Amino acid sequence: MNWLPASVSGRVYGLLLLVLAPAPFFFEWIGQPFCLDLLSRALIISIAAISLNLILGFGGMVSLGHAAYIGIGAYCVGIPSYYDYYDGWLHLALALSVRAGFALLTGAISLRTKGVYFIMITMAFSQMAYFTFLSLEEYGADDGLVIYSRSEFPEWLSMESSASLYYWIFAVLLLALFFTSRLVHSHFGRVIVGSRFNEQRLQALGFNTYRYRLVCYVISAMICSVAGMLLGNFTGFISPDMMGWMRSGELIFMVIIGGTATLFGPLVGTIAFVLLEEFLSAITIYWHLIFGSMLVALVLFGKGGIHGWLSLLDRKVEDHD
Amino acid sequence: MTERLLEIFDLNKHFGGIVATDNVNLAVQQGTIHAIIGPNGAGKTTLIAQLSGQIGSDSGDIRFAGRSIVKDSMAYRARQGLARSFQITSVVMPMTLLENVMLAVQGNRGHSFRFWSPVSQDSAMREAAMASLAEVGLQDRAGRIAANVSHGEQRQLEVAMALAMKPRMLLLDEPMAGMGKEEGAMMVDILNRLRGEMTILLVEHDMDAVFSLADQLSVLVNGHIIATDTVENIRANDEVQEAYLGEGHA
Repeated sequence: MNWLPASVSGRVYGLLLLVLAPAPFFFEWIGQPFCLDLLSRALIISIAAISLNLILGFGGMVSLGHAAYIGIGAYCVGIPSYYDYYDGWLHLALALSVRAGFALLTGAISLRTKGVYFIMITMAFSQMAYFTFLSLEEYGADDGLVIYSRSEFPEWLSMESSASLYYWIFAVLLLALFFTSRLVHSHFGRVIVGSRFNEQRLQALGFNTYRYRLVCYVISAMICSVAGMLLGNFTGFISPDMMGWMRSGELIFMVIIGGTATLFGPLVGTIAFVLLEEFLSAITIYWHLIFGSMLVALVLFGKGGIHGWLSLLDRKVEDHD
Repeated sequence: MTERLLEIFDLNKHFGGIVATDNVNLAVQQGTIHAIIGPNGAGKTTLIAQLSGQIGSDSGDIRFAGRSIVKDSMAYRARQGLARSFQITSVVMPMTLLENVMLAVQGNRGHSFRFWSPVSQDSAMREAAMASLAEVGLQDRAGRIAANVSHGEQRQLEVAMALAMKPRMLLLDEPMAGMGKEEGAMMVDILNRLRGEMTILLVEHDMDAVFSLADQLSVLVNGHIIATDTVENIRANDEVQEAYLGEGHA
């Protein structure tokens, strides 16, 4: 199956993680703190992309609402901070539980639909969240909410400096990758992947696929909420803007660029997306045009995304026949 | 005689103005092979879909092992021991044969909310799956991707998956559909070996196969069962000859 890290791609991803690990020291050494900001943001979004890939790639559930789930995670930092509650564990627990509750509710409804209807209904729920926060005057409405201090954790877990926040993000990223790799190869994962290809058959085998997909949806949302919590801490400013459906669309692109239903696809896809966006916007103001064309070309011709290209290199090893 | 494992009472299904199943009454005895034959469009697949819970029924009752299951979901009926195979091969194509059958074993083992341990290292499940593959003669093909094996082997995989569920009863929807002569004979062998230990409701077009396998035979025409009897009596039945066998054997 194509999510198993094959030899060439596996080595590339291993190397990538090794390069990412000392990034704060490296950027400080070359005197480019902005690069660390860019990378931190990319990695946070990649955690969200990994969570999206769990349902979109492995589970075949295309959600156009994941940005709202990042946003809710971010507000779970912002709103307590507004009332001077800075305890990090509180923020984390709040993000996870609020998200799980919201996902259970919205998932229970939206998973009764399939295909385009599922896309539309997840988008509708995320727009509801978007407009709700847009109308909350107390929390800044469309002006957003400034977070004056980062979530407080014990000394050894502090996220005060840019470097320590980066290692928070990196650790969560590694956890998300590890958890995903365990999950998709578990009994549960087989049911999720099986239902993507042939849900009716899975039901005929006795699986209540609705229940399994709902649990998968909630897990994905909870991982995504941690990304949101990190994003809130990273930007120090949150607004409903980060919840719009266009943001969700970008997340889908990141997953597709990297390769759906692959472990590292969302990570490399997000890094490629963020770097390309940064690079193109620096050379021309018409960068959207170039960027858009590249995305179209990629969807048309680049089947399998970056992971697909990498595994072309070791197709011989992977082929079962 | 023996206990009735599956009983169908006045079962109906309409699609708009089209009558697909018309007051079907049927009883399948435990441990027998009961075949349903009928011309194309007679409603055989609809009946299987109703029995397995893939589609609902407008009226009537289905009792399995004495309990009404007509309102239960497909997944629930499967867990109660009513397994089916599909007329159009329905397996998880990108997975290997072993992975497919392991899913079937897994479906039979309570819930699968196990998130951590790799399923590939579950040796009990693997052995059970290999045993089912061996029953249909696919043990040497276990590592192949389902999409890459022959049509006949996919049909055998269908049956292996149904067997791996350790069901009390098999609903087989044209297991020999599209098979060559040799493959068909192999499937007859497989089903013959299950005789006695498994109750089977078989929908099949291949008359030679049906005549050599079935203990009881029902003839379905326009959604209605016009006769249920032993193979010999059905072959001698004029009404059946006229409705079906005559033109079918012409």
